[in-house]
Amino acid sequence: MLEGIMIGLGTAFSLTNILMVIGGCLIGTFIGMLPGLGPMSIIAIMIPVAISIGDPSAALILLAGVYYGAIFGGSTSSILINAPGVASTVATSFDGYPMARQGKAGKALTIAAISSFCGGTIGAILLMIFAPMLASVALLFHSAEYFALMVVGLSAIAAFAGTGQVAKAVLMTLLGLMMATVGEGALFNMPRFTMGIMDLQSGIGFITLAMAMFALPEAIYLVLDPSRSKTGGSNEIKDLRITRGEARSIAPVIGRQSIQGFLIGVLPGAGATIASFLGYAVERNLATKEEQKEFGKGSVKGLAAPESANNAACTGSFVPLLTLGIPGSGTTAILLGALIALNVTPGPRLMLDDPQIFWAVIVSMYLGNLILLILNLPLIPYIAKVLAVPRNFLIPFILFFTMMGAYIGQNNATELLLLVGFGICATILRFADYPLAPLLIGFILGGMLENNFARSMQLYDGISFIWERPMTLGLLVLAVVLVLLPSYRARRARARASGVADGD
Amino acid sequence: MALDRWIALIILLICLAYGYAAFFTMDQLLPPFMQRNPIWPSTFPKLIAIFGALTAMAILLGLEKSDDDGPKAGEINYRRLTDYKIGQAISLLALMVAYALLLRPGGFLLATVGFLVGGSLILGERKYPRLILVALIATGVVWYLVQQVLGIFLSPWPAFLR
Repeated sequence: MLEGIMIGLGTAFSLTNILMVIGGCLIGTFIGMLPGLGPMSIIAIMIPVAISIGDPSAALILLAGVYYGAIFGGSTSSILINAPGVASTVATSFDGYPMARQGKAGKALTIAAISSFCGGTIGAILLMIFAPMLASVALLFHSAEYFALMVVGLSAIAAFAGTGQVAKAVLMTLLGLMMATVGEGALFNMPRFTMGIMDLQSGIGFITLAMAMFALPEAIYLVLDPSRSKTGGSNEIKDLRITRGEARSIAPVIGRQSIQGFLIGVLPGAGATIASFLGYAVERNLATKEEQKEFGKGSVKGLAAPESANNAACTGSFVPLLTLGIPGSGTTAILLGALIALNVTPGPRLMLDDPQIFWAVIVSMYLGNLILLILNLPLIPYIAKVLAVPRNFLIPFILFFTMMGAYIGQNNATELLLLVGFGICATILRFADYPLAPLLIGFILGGMLENNFARSMQLYDGISFIWERPMTLGLLVLAVVLVLLPSYRARRARARASGVADGD
Repeated sequence: MALDRWIALIILLICLAYGYAAFFTMDQLLPPFMQRNPIWPSTFPKLIAIFGALTAMAILLGLEKSDDDGPKAGEINYRRLTDYKIGQAISLLALMVAYALLLRPGGFLLATVGFLVGGSLILGERKYPRLILVALIATGVVWYLVQQVLGIFLSPWPAFLR
């Protein structure tokens, strides 16, 4: 392994490759800040550039830099204007945006940068040590377990995302699943629930829905209630520094979530999105009672958890790509395409045939994370200045960027009408205190959930896989418990409260 | 009946319509060879429709007691919606619809400048020179970035100039 690291250092520390990392991180950060352009689209746009470089290591290093930069850029837009352009940064906006509204945008961005750095670095160390081992563990997971794992993920989100009202969160998740079935499914090749409308044939755009669920209601709220935008005190970006107490409280969160995020990232199909939501949910459950109340209102732990988890998971998703040749996510699938175009075949032989590529990528991960931190920390005051723009200009621009995000992806003006329609529905749902995040997550996972369900149905010729595979059964039981436990607890608490006053 | 239960009722109706489509209209379109499959395109939607209808019923009947402690600070109280600037919000949404309809025939530059100027006007901005200058610069920069740097086509001019 030491020998490998030396090869990697030798390759990555050439002048061109360091420039590649710097350039990639910068491009990724700035484009990633535009809501609507996630890592997937940015990498897709950068592929022609990367291929024209010719050297596979340099190309992969450039693309990896773009990947990290884009993820950090996505977090900035979720923190500053509550417009997560990427699924994996939706959880970041839960606590990052409230912090920005309290005038702590600078601190929120600093925490995000540091957690991302730690998550990415710890992930890279784990990747180096466990890459070969974890590859064999991931093979134990069949489609039945993936299906069950996603059900667990969804019920965990429903149980923890609601404001104590699990039924509402479950209903929103189911609504998201329903919306995911609109259009042509991958396994069936027939349009479903399109109501004969051609524009719905390809389904509802993820970005459109994300914008409609988060950015648009927030903008409407800002319009309805002008005092909301004043609460920030946003003209001064102070307290960039994290206090010692905050550092002490987020350190264990970062440690746990980096490892958990990495492990989730290794599983193909799970990836950074699930890692960030699960990380948020787990940390919320582990936190003390007083800290739990902070979650969703600007908790530093709630910001650090998804940020470190999603970066660690991005690193983790390179494990199946580099060792098995199986892309774990959309982004790594695009990277796989780029690698094949560069005449490199990822797979078990990669480490033997082209060790310099494998190790150069790993070393470039350290480098990319370090450079992101160095670039971003001094830039934070300037990035956070976005909030100092006067309201009369800011709101039209937020609306314009949400529409651009929805439009660029599909180049279809119907998408904009859908955006406005869903945005109005989302605002009404928000009036009635229905949580919107479960809907979006249900929508994102819906396709994968159905595909894995269908695959296991076909393999077992029926639903017998549920009881024939103990791991599947265990995970599904866990999911049921997760949904039912909070309401059982609430019922018990009410029963106790209505009875005799407690002695203690 | 509170708004959240009205919404539950609407979602229940949506679930029923969705379930009707899944249970009664989809399977007839299935080609015979696919009917031997253990899973049909309608299997998963049927499951969601059942679960969705049950959950919506639970909310509608109030099975899960919510500790509703009234409107929270910082959130908007929908019962007093008229106290807020609802006119501005509706005009902005109408402007967005107009933008969506105008984007193709009117071209990107015209529609966007119009949207940014109109949006600021609705919100009460009255410094016209600054307003128009900001809109023009922003439109130009975004168009340049999207079209030239990213290479995504956005037709800049109205349809009759193309």
